[in-house]
Amino acid sequence: MQKRIAQRYSAERRFRLFGLAAVSLSIAFLAFLLISMAWKGLGGFTQTEAKLIIDFPRSNLFLEQATLRGPQAQEAVASAGLEGVLEQAATAQFGEGAGELFGAASARALGNQLVADPEILTRKAELWLPVSSKADVAAKGDGDPAIEQLVAKADTKRTFNSGFLTASDATDPSVVGVWGALKGSFLTILVTMALAFPIGVLAALYLEEFATRNRWTDMIEVSINNLAAVPSIIFGLLGLAVFLNFMHLPRSAPLVGGLTLALMTMPVIVIAGRNAIKSVPPSIRDAALGVGASKMQVVFHHVLPLALPGILTGTIIGMARALGETAPLLMIGMRAFIASPPQGISEPASVLPVQIFLWSDEVDRGFVEKTSAAIIVLLVFMLIMNGLAIYLRNKFERRW
Amino acid sequence: MIDTIVPTPTDAEEPKVVDGPAKMSARDVSVYYGEKQALKGVSVDIHDDKVTAFIGPSGCGKSTFLRCLNRMNDTIAGARVTGDIKLDGEDIYGSRMDVVQLRARVGMVFQKPNPFPKSIYENVAYGPRIHGLASGKSELDEIVEKSLRRAGLWDEVKERLQESGTALSGGQQQRLCIARAIAVDPEVILMDEPCSALDPIATAKIEELIHELRGRYAIAIVTHNMQQAARVSQRTAFFHLGEMVEYGRTKDIFTNPRQQRTQDYITGRYG
Repeated sequence: MQKRIAQRYSAERRFRLFGLAAVSLSIAFLAFLLISMAWKGLGGFTQTEAKLIIDFPRSNLFLEQATLRGPQAQEAVASAGLEGVLEQAATAQFGEGAGELFGAASARALGNQLVADPEILTRKAELWLPVSSKADVAAKGDGDPAIEQLVAKADTKRTFNSGFLTASDATDPSVVGVWGALKGSFLTILVTMALAFPIGVLAALYLEEFATRNRWTDMIEVSINNLAAVPSIIFGLLGLAVFLNFMHLPRSAPLVGGLTLALMTMPVIVIAGRNAIKSVPPSIRDAALGVGASKMQVVFHHVLPLALPGILTGTIIGMARALGETAPLLMIGMRAFIASPPQGISEPASVLPVQIFLWSDEVDRGFVEKTSAAIIVLLVFMLIMNGLAIYLRNKFERRW
Repeated sequence: MIDTIVPTPTDAEEPKVVDGPAKMSARDVSVYYGEKQALKGVSVDIHDDKVTAFIGPSGCGKSTFLRCLNRMNDTIAGARVTGDIKLDGEDIYGSRMDVVQLRARVGMVFQKPNPFPKSIYENVAYGPRIHGLASGKSELDEIVEKSLRRAGLWDEVKERLQESGTALSGGQQQRLCIARAIAVDPEVILMDEPCSALDPIATAKIEELIHELRGRYAIAIVTHNMQQAARVSQRTAFFHLGEMVEYGRTKDIFTNPRQQRTQDYITGRYG
């Protein structure tokens, strides 16, 4: 007897130990993931700037102050050949080959400074300009030694790269941003939500509350359960065949992406919804029926509000999965290079996970930290969305 | 056992079991759950101004029968009802009877208190609201107050009508359910073991309430507590194994049963 009790206690201790080990292992993995992500990615949010002296009166720049004050200022700046001016000034200041220090981002920043203050054109100016991608990578200690020496000569500082959050995809890593992909993701998820949530919830309600149980409803139930387990790339193929080839909807658009992801998310919502509806106590249905509520009133006044927290939990899971989905979107053409944010749901767009996938494929070293930074943006976006959903769920949660 | 029976005054004045026209009358009612027959040819009358108790051992079909009276069995898949149940001479299973309207006329109180997870006010106001019984806020307030008063709950909850109905005690919850049932102004109230989940004090309150409500509604109550049946009812039907064994005045059933099975049950030989 005594021995048995000792055995039982040690079994319990062993089980606790295993559980603790499992939890700490997963926490360690999570911490490793987050720390390495932050380590690599946070650099993507900063940009190295270098001080450059440009003698504008002596440079061969054909820009009038009047033009810069006019409405065509941006166009004039864009076509003025600022890159040439930068190269000239850099060579003069840092020696032969220093043109590599400055690139597209530098020219853009110079243009903006000129438009903001055309007076600069009249004098020899000292300006802080973002350096080229190569120089940026070198400044962060991961680049070409030759350029690293060049950077060492210059007066540099790190600033927050606001362009990363406001710009879209580009070929030069120093001017890329996630805004286009973020907006594309937002529009796509909006379409998914608008379709999958109501249809999924109504389907769950109908199957659970109204449909009589027979061979057909059994078959539908099995099909829905199977659909939830279908690999996402197959939904991509379905979207390609139905929405693009048959319905001729615009390629690469959030509309098509949202439709495809809605197909993928709906089974998850239906299953979660049915479970939530099943867990509403039958006594509530009896109570409502007992005072003469119709079936419809029972469902919409009592069952649905009580099931809503559970349904929302399922929806959060489905939406989070849809937001991070890449494969089906590749199939419907969302891997195209899109340099401007979409203006509507039928315009070509990129989404964050696909953007991350595309950047991770780039040869340019400058994209490495941009990829990690984009992952951070995606994770933050997801956290905000889930936080909102959890807030809503708790708001609707009621005891019975 | 027999000593505990408290005859009510109305019983003494009634010379015979034969009453006037019944509010609800069931004739030869059988219920099947799939292949299984749960009720076998039951015939019972429910009268205005009287409480009819259904007693019997567990699984004897008394609750099943009660749920036939407002067609709550319709919601159970595979349940089938045969026979004749009339409310004021109208067949409640007939094609002309609307089930939603029927349930408004024949209210129900359940075994476990089941208030909606809403405020006390909303619990009572829900029925009148869906049936359009009140034309404005003040009229609805009046109905809520009247129903809560009749259920003997008003004084306890008038200060906290906006609090959740599920926060009340068990006995209060059950009275809230009774208030909810009478808010739609039914003609008949069915009670399915309304006190089985309550303590003795709450039970006494509900029984008192049943006495008060008797003048206004026809009441049918299922109970497995024989003393309770004796205390609150004027008519009793004894069920056993899906059959209605005996129906008569409560006093007669308890003091002078005609059937051996009734006798055995009442004296506690089984059940």
